[in-house]
Amino acid sequence: MSLDDVKTSGFKYVGTSPDRPDGVDKVTGRAKFGADAYAAGMLHGAIVRSPHAHARIISIDTTKAAAAEGVKAIVTRADFHTDLSGENWNIMENVMAGDTALYDGHAVAAIAATSVLAARDAAKLVEVTYEILPHVTDVDEAMAQGAPIIRAGAADNSVPDGLHPNVVRYHESGHGDVDAGFAEADLVIEDHFRTEATHQGYIEPHACLGTLGGDGKGEMWCTTQGHWNVQKICSALLGMETSQLRVTASEIGGGFGGKTTVFIEPVALALSRIANRPVKIVMSRSEVFRASGPTSSTSMDVKIGMKKDGTITAAKGVFRLQGGAFPSAPMEFTAMCAFAPYNLSNVKQIGYDVMANRPKQAAYRAPGSPMAAFAVESVIDELCKELGLDPIDTRLKNASHEGTKASYGPTFQRIGLVETLEAAKAHPHYSAPLKPGQGRGISCGFWFNFGGETSVSLALSMDGSAQIVVGTPDIGGSRASMALMAAEELGIPYENIRCTIADTASLGYNEVSHGSRVTYASGLATIKAARDAVKKLCGRAAAKWGIDPEAVDWVDGCAVPSGPNAGDFDPMPIAEICKRMGSTGGPIVGHFEASPEGAGVSFATHIVDAEVDPETGKTSIVRYTVVQDAGKAIHPAYVEGQYQGGAAQGIGWALNEEYIYGKDGRLQNDVFLDYRIPVASDLPMIDTVIVEVPNPGHPYGVRGVGETSIVPPMAAIANAVSQAAGVRMTELPMSPPRVLKAMDDAKGG
Amino acid sequence: MSKIHVTTSVNGDAVEFLCDPRETLLDVLRDRLHLTGAKEGCGTGDCGACSVTLDGRLVCSCLVLGAEAEGHEIGTIEGIANGEELHPLQQKFIEHAALQCGICTPGILVATKALLEKNPDPTETEVRYWLAGNLCRCTGYDKIIRAVMDTAADLRSDMKEAT
Ligand code: FES
Ligand code: FES
Repeated sequence: MSLDDVKTSGFKYVGTSPDRPDGVDKVTGRAKFGADAYAAGMLHGAIVRSPHAHARIISIDTTKAAAAEGVKAIVTRADFHTDLSGENWNIMENVMAGDTALYDGHAVAAIAATSVLAARDAAKLVEVTYEILPHVTDVDEAMAQGAPIIRAGAADNSVPDGLHPNVVRYHESGHGDVDAGFAEADLVIEDHFRTEATHQGYIEPHACLGTLGGDGKGEMWCTTQGHWNVQKICSALLGMETSQLRVTASEIGGGFGGKTTVFIEPVALALSRIANRPVKIVMSRSEVFRASGPTSSTSMDVKIGMKKDGTITAAKGVFRLQGGAFPSAPMEFTAMCAFAPYNLSNVKQIGYDVMANRPKQAAYRAPGSPMAAFAVESVIDELCKELGLDPIDTRLKNASHEGTKASYGPTFQRIGLVETLEAAKAHPHYSAPLKPGQGRGISCGFWFNFGGETSVSLALSMDGSAQIVVGTPDIGGSRASMALMAAEELGIPYENIRCTIADTASLGYNEVSHGSRVTYASGLATIKAARDAVKKLCGRAAAKWGIDPEAVDWVDGCAVPSGPNAGDFDPMPIAEICKRMGSTGGPIVGHFEASPEGAGVSFATHIVDAEVDPETGKTSIVRYTVVQDAGKAIHPAYVEGQYQGGAAQGIGWALNEEYIYGKDGRLQNDVFLDYRIPVASDLPMIDTVIVEVPNPGHPYGVRGVGETSIVPPMAAIANAVSQAAGVRMTELPMSPPRVLKAMDDAKGG
Repeated sequence: MSKIHVTTSVNGDAVEFLCDPRETLLDVLRDRLHLTGAKEGCGTGDCGACSVTLDGRLVCSCLVLGAEAEGHEIGTIEGIANGEELHPLQQKFIEHAALQCGICTPGILVATKALLEKNPDPTETEVRYWLAGNLCRCTGYDKIIRAVMDTAADLRSDMKEAT
């Protein structure tokens, strides 16, 4: 698609913010989320989890548990499919431990019983004998000589010789000659950064209800970002044909990437297969923290050279990511996103995927990118400070634009980084005075955005209203966006469209709702499906009029004769065509199935003011502005919501949130009281600016917006805090004790 | 273990149930009465997703035992709308896009309704502190706070007109 084919103006519905179609369900408590399903004869599942960070499982004795009241089924790893390899094997191993428990909270067995309490009580009666093994949870320690080996032979052939077996994948990319570039610089700054793992923190714990009968047919209801993926993985783990398992996605209470895989779903099915009854499993919050995927923790070194005028001459980053006891850390994303905002002649980035005794990391909003931005944008800030340069002007000077060879390889098409920087510079926030004790931070951020397999169908009803069926769960108002785009194409009111999320039996494969792909890919598919339906509508009108279908246009919900026939017939409204569909050729349905590849990359610039209390080291965010390119905002209020939500999560990551492991390798803070996410009184209003630089890969220019918003906050806040505290903060979170210590050390030094 | 017989009222309806002494009010509402509007986000009193009122007082139903409901009046999200007619807060939450995933929404609505009944003219800071026990991971709270402030202003002007 070229930019000429992109509609960027003249919209009637797109760009407005009507009430969402599922609004009433969600404000009345009627919407059914994962844990809200019940079935006749349903059992409740409970999972037995390892209390050890690393331990060989010598034996599992279920005799007492099996005899307990109400217990109907018990499963261990032996009850799952054995012939697995690659990522399916990794997921299986994470869902239920094999020979070895690999982290605190790793599942080792599961029970189904007639009540939640009976299942939990029985789980306590399962006797597991462990041989405790040495463990490691820190990324640098896990790479060091002598570190306990998580699993020998897990490394792939990308890893250079001589590294510890816990280093399982290696990435290197870039272009130019960084050494020559550093030699050209007037100032080179290199620093070391660390970030702790954080959790996506969706308020809805994982929950599912699974049925697998003796006929080999299964049903699964669960909270997920991608039910086709659940279908694919669960069927593999249970050794059944994919099509025999039908998965229905519940309403989803937040995911942020963390609900893109499976944890309890295969277990419910395995229990159901034995008990021959439906089995429901709901994780506790503690289980969510201990056993579902947090982010990677990182250790990073970033070195950047700059000329006195602000030109970056070279940049190099080394990014070590710990992704739990499996090869999975998104280190290549970290490496590839790190310098993407900048037009660099000499750049090199290296990534290490490191295993440790922690839960398998899962995607979290722009996985891997926020950490890189924290390190890179901190060094740029320090360079600006040393050279007396304005942070926005310096970024503008080096900003990537259309035609830039990206640090990660491709050449950028039309992108909107410069526009976000200019909008940030022009924003009153940037020039507002600061009070004593306050600092202002800036950061850019980048995310690729994804397309992926997408299938949408749009059926017209006899009254001329329309039903869209999509396969991407609605996490933040996407039904509204789909309905707006369909309304635009069909020329019928937004209210006349109902958007439903189909189960896996009702549409072709749909990739998970991730990678900020829903409004882009399902949106593109909705537009194309609507155009397909419009073509058919025009065909029906043409047949009635006895003219060539090519000579019929679609205008404002009506077929209109055009060209030589213009004016020959009255416009035929959609309702009239649809009323007769049965006798004019049958049902009218539009389809679209493809894997769109034109997801435009997205950039943002954030501005934040922070105030540091010198007595306690506590940071308050006093003002926050998000400027981000949306390509085209379909439903602006929900675009703003994505910006604000990403910023808020970033504020938590920057200031409070962290996984704290004890010396025993156990997670110390597995409840919301101790893993503190931002509450309403922690935050200011979050101002947003929607920049619209159309994406040539979408009919209306849409770029995904869900993820880029979490990339800049940690860096922007670190830059603000460093200014306010008078000392460079290089470790996240910037919790009060850490800031206080840094301030004390700086005074002492 | 023998079960406890409890007689109570939920959203004005007389209700009886049997529950295990260990079951929370949240468990009973959801699993026995199938009123699944109240959500369990934590089970430890930290997230507010399970917010209900007990004799008009805002409580976390995960911290109340089912047996403790005996003789009291429980109010849940299912009782906030008047039939088809949404409560002004519900309407404003939709209009302001104050929900993304919506899992926190029932708890936040129950909590803010309790706030506005106590304090019809709260400041932004008062709203933020009142809601500090209700976690929302999606919205950054901005649009929630605006929806609450806007509802409060509307309700105040309605009241003025009525007098
Ligand atoms: S479930 Fe009751 S406060 Fe979280
Ligand atoms: S809207 Fe998702 S937690 Fe509040």
